[in-house]
Amino acid sequence: MYEKTAEHFSLKQKKLPEGHLLVNLGPSHPSTHGILQNVIQLDGERVVDAESVIGYVHRSFEKLGERYTYNQFLVCTDRMNYVSTPLNNIGWILAVEKMLQIEVPDKVTYVRMIVSELSRVMDHIICNGILGVDLGAFSGMLHLFHHRENIYQVLEKLTGARLTTTFCRVGGLEKDIYPEFEKDVKTIIKGLRPAIEEFQSLLVNNRIFMDRTEGVGGISAEDAISYGYSGPNLRAAGVPWDIRKDDPYMFYDKVDFDIPVGEDGSVLHRTLVRMEEMRQSLRIVEQLINGLPTGAHHADIPHIYLPDKSKVYKNMEELIYHFKLIMHGIKVPKGEYYMATEAANGELGFYIVSEGEKSPWRVHVRRPCFWFYQSFPELVKGSLLADTVATMSSMNVIAGELDC
Amino acid sequence: MKETIQSFLKDKFPHFISKEEEILTNLPTFFLKPEGIATVLSALKTAPGIELNYLNDLTAIDWLGKKTPRFEVCYLLRSGNKSSTRVQFRVALEEDEQVPSIISIFKGANWPEREVYDLFGIRFAGHPRMDRLIMPDNFQGHPLRKDYPLEGFGQDYLVEDLLTIHLKEDMEA
Repeated sequence: MYEKTAEHFSLKQKKLPEGHLLVNLGPSHPSTHGILQNVIQLDGERVVDAESVIGYVHRSFEKLGERYTYNQFLVCTDRMNYVSTPLNNIGWILAVEKMLQIEVPDKVTYVRMIVSELSRVMDHIICNGILGVDLGAFSGMLHLFHHRENIYQVLEKLTGARLTTTFCRVGGLEKDIYPEFEKDVKTIIKGLRPAIEEFQSLLVNNRIFMDRTEGVGGISAEDAISYGYSGPNLRAAGVPWDIRKDDPYMFYDKVDFDIPVGEDGSVLHRTLVRMEEMRQSLRIVEQLINGLPTGAHHADIPHIYLPDKSKVYKNMEELIYHFKLIMHGIKVPKGEYYMATEAANGELGFYIVSEGEKSPWRVHVRRPCFWFYQSFPELVKGSLLADTVATMSSMNVIAGELDC
Repeated sequence: MKETIQSFLKDKFPHFISKEEEILTNLPTFFLKPEGIATVLSALKTAPGIELNYLNDLTAIDWLGKKTPRFEVCYLLRSGNKSSTRVQFRVALEEDEQVPSIISIFKGANWPEREVYDLFGIRFAGHPRMDRLIMPDNFQGHPLRKDYPLEGFGQDYLVEDLLTIHLKEDMEA
């Protein structure tokens, strides 16, 4: 019935020279942090050629998006970059809100931004902490993970879930913030700041760590741009692009923060850029939490935001809106929109084509991992096998985001 | 930005402009003929004052039953110097038509082009490796086409094939 036309790996078709070896790093290897495969051609311990095979966790979100309503698709975005879930939620919801041309109350935007920045810190903790683990330094990760857990606890109180938060709704938040939210966030900042410095002196300033990472897996600025890099990996190569500054969304033009920039795009510079971004994120959170406004947690638009349940039982109008929203979803006007947000890994873009139905005609997700990870073979050619692990780890490849 | 590019295209590549269709979008959009896409993008990459040197996104849309030709390949570009300006170029295609690959202009077009081939069945001429990227090699059909059923055709053949492939591999080894 089916005839295999191409070999699965082009490396396998090649006739290997004498003494060369093909090594599979993955699909499930501790250092791949997810199900993705790298086939590496080795001469001794030196990498001659490499190839990445992805698709092991592909779940066809773009096809599902053509069936789901706009609020239902939110649960798909949870499962893309599962290390910093709220950032994906916010990206999707902002795209839909822009298409509907609705304004949300200031408080909603403030809370979204606070949660975004805390998620960014969470994501960078994972990336830098696990990079240490992959290089054989375990204690650095433990120092920061305690504070990551604190952020998770705030998310849990805020949304009811830790990993799959489904944080926003079109027109507002799923529910109001809890009373001690401000206090909790301030406690996190207070604890995290010294922990970051501690991590820096414990791991990043360590001589062994520097020797292992300095100049390893580097990429030039031109190549990074040509490959479509974005986020910390691009900034580590010396390109100061950040959508929060270049094309501000939410209130990023009103807060004060800097963009850290590296030099040679090596593992060390990626780590340093992420360290500094954590500090800047905390700076943003501090500014926001001190000026957190009061008010409603959603816009007052009954045909878009689900009405209060107590009113649904009593009033006819609310009952109708409730029924229409549950059964028919939000009708987004005909048109197309591309919304880019700065997620933890870089530019996360949602491209929506709407034909005025309850679900989009076409959804496309521009996920940052997918673009920068294709340069992996070029980055590791000529380096040692142990360096490929450091390179992959520092790029922060999330399999869920890669495959989507 | 839109006017600059429009006059640049009309000035240098009038034969590659395919049509001017008004669509509701937040991106300035230009429709190009398939054969011209590589030439135009490489010219725009270095054109002074435009410099669209960053390939932001590459995807396709299946307009089955809504528009002819059926497919549209969308190239989203951005300028490195003025990074907030994004411009979209579109190529309309019939089912068996091919587009030139732009991998020689942007290295990053490698995987996105393979992804579009995998999920839509649109071939890119000149791509060094036009294989499936995400779906298994023995997968049949292109899942993001509108006529591909949401629940799929069933995957019994996939499992059978995978079993025999691995058996063969083991026996050969």
